[in-house]
Amino acid sequence: MDTQEFIDFMKFKFKHNVLRAYLRYRNRVLIDLEKDALVKVATFLFKELNFRFIIATGLDNVKDLEITYHFSNDQTGLVANVRVRIPRKKPEVESLTPLFVAADWIEREMHELLGINFLNHPNMRSLLSGDNWGEGEYPYRKPIRE
Amino acid sequence: MKEKTIIPVGPYHPLQEEPELFKLYCDGEIVTDIEWETGYNHRGIEKINESKTFEQVFFVVERICGICSTSHPYAYANAMEEIAQVKVPDRAKYIRTIVAELERIHSHLLWVGLAGHFIGYNTVFMWAWKYREPILDLFEIITGNRNSYAMFKIGGVRRDIEEKDYSTILKILDRVKPKAEMLMKAVIDDPVIHLRTKGVGILTKQDILDYCSVGPTARASGVDIDIRRDDPYGAYPLVNWKVIVVPEGDVFAKAVVRFLEIFESISIIEQCVEKLRKESQSQIDVKVKEIPEGNGAGRAEAPRGEVFHYVIADGSNSPARHKIRAPSYVNVATFKKSCVGQTITDATLALAAVDPCYCCTERMAHVYDSRTRQRLLDGRALIQLSQQRTQALKKNLSGKNT
Repeated sequence: MDTQEFIDFMKFKFKHNVLRAYLRYRNRVLIDLEKDALVKVATFLFKELNFRFIIATGLDNVKDLEITYHFSNDQTGLVANVRVRIPRKKPEVESLTPLFVAADWIEREMHELLGINFLNHPNMRSLLSGDNWGEGEYPYRKPIRE
Repeated sequence: MKEKTIIPVGPYHPLQEEPELFKLYCDGEIVTDIEWETGYNHRGIEKINESKTFEQVFFVVERICGICSTSHPYAYANAMEEIAQVKVPDRAKYIRTIVAELERIHSHLLWVGLAGHFIGYNTVFMWAWKYREPILDLFEIITGNRNSYAMFKIGGVRRDIEEKDYSTILKILDRVKPKAEMLMKAVIDDPVIHLRTKGVGILTKQDILDYCSVGPTARASGVDIDIRRDDPYGAYPLVNWKVIVVPEGDVFAKAVVRFLEIFESISIIEQCVEKLRKESQSQIDVKVKEIPEGNGAGRAEAPRGEVFHYVIADGSNSPARHKIRAPSYVNVATFKKSCVGQTITDATLALAAVDPCYCCTERMAHVYDSRTRQRLLDGRALIQLSQQRTQALKKNLSGKNT
């Protein structure tokens, strides 16, 4: 499957959930996704299309929080960036750790640094700090002027 | 309920150069479960980068890890060149590849030495590190430094390799090659090393796919992945080489993969030097005036596996967000599979087999009061404290001298 076919296929398969999917640069695809469809799409990419999970990038873009999950297809060298937006008022998203262990550390890290709750994560301890972390302090959150 | 014995390894342990805590849950001598704690060494590099210009970030990321000090800048350069849509000149590609492959040789030899040290075979340790030394000399000839090479920039490299150095590079590699072959034969034929490493810490192909592991850890379990070939960058598509894959998945297989990769790297460097000799163009970089808005994903195959950098540029002159993922971040998690069921002595060897790098994995420091949960010291305060201390020491010393 080449890159354009992959984009068309994803749009067709998840037409109600994919907000936007396009070729960003050579061999890299950006897919904006509805938050609730994350597990469904990740399962499909990981189990059916044999994509490897690389890492996820958490970001506070002031309007809301966003996570970009990076997947790699090692047969074609394609990197798929799957992006979901999470409202600040209820920072929750389904965990991918039950699907693949590789998501464990990065979800714990994002929980710690950005304050995102990962639902159904088996072990939501902090990764980098001890038990003396300041409660409700998230170093990667940006200050917001009310 | 049956009692479990916990054997802590670390966070500060004479065998480990970096702090990391492993809790081995044991039943007699057999490890039944493992837990680990990180965070002792975190330096906040992702956050620091947000306050650096795109050019300065190179010098920060090459200090993430002393051993991968080319792989991180390489992946970052790939990400930035994706955003700016820059085409790197061929000469720069060859130079970059030479530096990256030299790094692979020195890193693999370092690992072989440490593995020998871990199993109490210090002759292997001394040999491997002795033959690594000329490679570090080569770095000094090419880049001016034995570590932290500062060779990369967006659009090319900072220094050219001079014509007079071509023969020196080839001569040193010619000298290292038979020594590495001798070392490999000595290690691979040694019955004691066989006993200590064969069948130890096995990771199956399925384990690797589940844990999304990369690099020699994956290739030693029969998973044929290598970013140099799968998502080609630099001069790798322009030279002949092959990906080393071994199916067994034990510590011995990991050693075999690393040894054979050393010879592939030597061959790649030799080809690159020949190409440089024939190369007519002298350009080693292209000028990049400004970085447009956008996001770039850059990857590079470090000695330990794929390094991933994701940069979000917002049109200013520094990254809005810079995500870094080192190979150890996904490889270390495989301990749960490779150590459980092993004896304690074998488990510690399995821990070392993925060549874990805690520096790469951790990037932040902070001091909190455990009772009041007030922040006591941040990065700036720690620097001030250290400066005050240095000044006090200086004052003390000068007082004594006079």
